[in-house]
Amino acid sequence: MSLLSAADQQKLREAFDRMTRSVRLLFFSQAIGCETCGETRQILDELRGLSDRISVEEINLVLEGDKAKQYGVDRAPAIAIAYESGSSEPGGSGESSGSGGSSEASSTGDGRMSDTMKDSRIRFLGAPSGWEFVSLVQAVLLAGGRESALSAASLDRLRAVDRPITMQVFTTPT
Amino acid sequence: MAFASPHITATAVEATEFPDLARKYQVSGVPKTVVNEEVEILGALPEAAFIEQALSSPRQ
Repeated sequence: MSLLSAADQQKLREAFDRMTRSVRLLFFSQAIGCETCGETRQILDELRGLSDRISVEEINLVLEGDKAKQYGVDRAPAIAIAYESGSSEPGGSGESSGSGGSSEASSTGDGRMSDTMKDSRIRFLGAPSGWEFVSLVQAVLLAGGRESALSAASLDRLRAVDRPITMQVFTTPT
Repeated sequence: MAFASPHITATAVEATEFPDLARKYQVSGVPKTVVNEEVEILGALPEAAFIEQALSSPRQ
């Protein structure tokens, strides 16, 4: 049974249709001790089915620990959002930013992660249901090329950041 | 914010699924944002105020 209603699916399809970049959802799972991995997998499968621009790569947290480490993920279920990096770079990650290599979703040599995919540095920990689902959709659209909802002043302020900042936003499903 | 700066990483944490994290960061209400393990932002703030607070965190 589908988690999304037909009406919601249609709305999402239309929103995803406006994406200009491909987005990959890196789903970190584990076989044992992950109560919500199944639910997360179903949600991501439904999303993938709504747009050719959305792909899902499931990564085993235990067996592919190197990759999890690359994305700073140590729990499951977790989702990291990567996007196709083309000529039209999103704000803040231009050439002048001089960013460290940590933000690049570079290939680790296993060939599964394309060299052209970039890490959005947006993560979700826990099943993306309830309000988290709305946030996930917004993050996908942003990575997919939609303009930031932040003001120009805020974006300027953020572009000037020159040190690592890690933010954890705690939420509940309802 | 993470998308606007290559130095920012943002994680949405489902608090009920990870009670250990919720305990560690003393989450008693949501949304609660923890920046660089130190600065705490409770609830929703206007955008400019939120960004100011988030960027006020000390270096890690």
